[in-house]
Amino acid sequence: MDRIIQLALSGIANGAIFALVALGFVLIYKSSDVINFAQGELLLIGAYLTYAMVEQFGLWWPAGVVVAVALAAVVGVLIEQLVLRPLIGEPAISVIMVTIGLSSLLRAIVGAIWGVTPRPAPQFLPTDTVTILGANVGVDRIWAFGLAIALFALLTLFFRFSREGIAMRAVADDQQAALSMGISVKKVWAVAWAIAAITAAVGGILLMSIFGGVSGTIGRVGLLVFPVVILGGLDSIPGAIIGGLIIGLLQSFAGGLLPPEWGLGEVAPFIILLFILLVRPYGLFGQRIIERV
Amino acid sequence: MQSGTFHTTYASDVSLRPYWPQRIRIVIVLALALIFPWFADRYWLNLANTIAIAAIGAIGLNILVGYTGQISIGHGGFLAVGAYTAGMMAVHLGAPMWITIPVASLFTAAVGAFFGLPSLRLKGLYLAIATLASQEIIIWVLTHGKLLGIGESLSLPRASNNLFGLPLDRLGNNDFAFYWVCLVALILTVIFVSNLFRTRAGRAFVAIRDQDIAAQVIGVDLFRYKLLAFATSSFFAGLAGALTAHYRGIISWERFTIDTSILFLAMIIIGGLGSVSGSIYGAAFMTLLPAFLSNLARALSDVVPNINSYLPYMQQGAFGLAIILFLIFEPEGIVKMWRNIKDYFRLWPFSY
Repeated sequence: MDRIIQLALSGIANGAIFALVALGFVLIYKSSDVINFAQGELLLIGAYLTYAMVEQFGLWWPAGVVVAVALAAVVGVLIEQLVLRPLIGEPAISVIMVTIGLSSLLRAIVGAIWGVTPRPAPQFLPTDTVTILGANVGVDRIWAFGLAIALFALLTLFFRFSREGIAMRAVADDQQAALSMGISVKKVWAVAWAIAAITAAVGGILLMSIFGGVSGTIGRVGLLVFPVVILGGLDSIPGAIIGGLIIGLLQSFAGGLLPPEWGLGEVAPFIILLFILLVRPYGLFGQRIIERV
Repeated sequence: MQSGTFHTTYASDVSLRPYWPQRIRIVIVLALALIFPWFADRYWLNLANTIAIAAIGAIGLNILVGYTGQISIGHGGFLAVGAYTAGMMAVHLGAPMWITIPVASLFTAAVGAFFGLPSLRLKGLYLAIATLASQEIIIWVLTHGKLLGIGESLSLPRASNNLFGLPLDRLGNNDFAFYWVCLVALILTVIFVSNLFRTRAGRAFVAIRDQDIAAQVIGVDLFRYKLLAFATSSFFAGLAGALTAHYRGIISWERFTIDTSILFLAMIIIGGLGSVSGSIYGAAFMTLLPAFLSNLARALSDVVPNINSYLPYMQQGAFGLAIILFLIFEPEGIVKMWRNIKDYFRLWPFSY
């Protein structure tokens, strides 16, 4: 029983991070119909920038995190301006491939600067454990969960009350109507990429703190974003959150309860992904406008 | 050189290469391909074989993505199926390559058709994500294959490299002997696929790509032809995988990860979607680019001391950058650039 609770709690903590990353992905998809295969690399960049700020430039860690997140946002906007802007109106395969090329380029840049050997991460989150319902849980995971929830709350407020947030919702709802109301769709796309880069950077920093190190494996989480967003619905923000938690739990249970030599933790999300695509392609909360063949 | 399209008979209108300059060019290319191995050293033969195998795989992927319009990020997985089927037959049954390669290709076609099933309900981005899932599932089966009796890596017995009883080693060294195998396989693939799009099935593929609903209305059975496209595409993936297995002698799953799928997608994007020759150009470009960079790094290693440790990142970065630049500046690929060059000379000295 303890084991189950322990797995559930760690699954929820991982799921919250997946949800954060998926949120950025959904924002980009909603506002510009771009499937971003470089989401994992945005995580990587966030984590490595933080590492550089705190360990290499010796900044006080909250300052380092803020600077790194700001830089990640700049990278996001630059990507949108330089790479995706010229491809507006091109077929889906071109847009997919350009983000794939981008992920390769970003990984190469990160590798060339910081190498492939894992680096010990700066520890921000406390590493001791507490006992919840009889299960030992790392405090860092609870922190990660709490921070992810706080960021969600912040973004919800942003979408509800700020001018940019409302403009983004308008563009996601109907691009033509938003344009005719005088909303700058280009600006909305830039903001969407900036937010996606920020959420990914925060996700990367949290993963770095949980893993206790920073290495290329953080980018692997980028692929897990697909099961999450398909489960939740490609264009649904609440779906991204619920989907993230479900996939986190699923991965945790499949990896922890089934025989370890099956290694099902890795592949279970993708089996679920295929199943959902066949049964309910728009996911749990997505709009049912998907074109059927 | 022809200056326009002038046909006087139906036969010339439907022929693949109606003009004599095109036929002469084919003869020249074939002659060069026949002369090449007698002068090239093993390094260049190895590159040529890699290009030929990659071109077969890329042509296969182009059938699916370029001609039928179904995006697949699972091609690496299908190559793995071909390689492991051939490998297991060679290891466990001691079968020679002229049996393992066709069987592996056919088996991969069946697996491809199975993983093509989601295409019946999904299209576009959703299908791309579904094929991504099949890639991950195939690799998981290979890495946890103890359950099914598959090892993570296989090394093939040398004796399996024989054609109809003739051991390939008799022809010369491994690279030289396989040059002929790969060349014949590539030529057969090119002939088959070029003609495929003049048949009923090929036309149906193109109709599905251009407008699937319209295709269905005029009587194209989407269910049948989409699966057929997946099967045909996977057949060539299996062929390329089986050739790789016999050529390299050792196969491991790391060769067939999602990065391989992406590499093949990049080949057809850079070469030209919906073009057989484009697939070959793309395969050549994507194989020669890293080779060129490592030669460059070796040449510069005296000037720039640490350059060799940066080589993997240079190759990876150049790969990503090539995709991005081609998509932004020449989305139709090398084929279009080549056509532009030909048009320039055809019309010279006038620009129109």
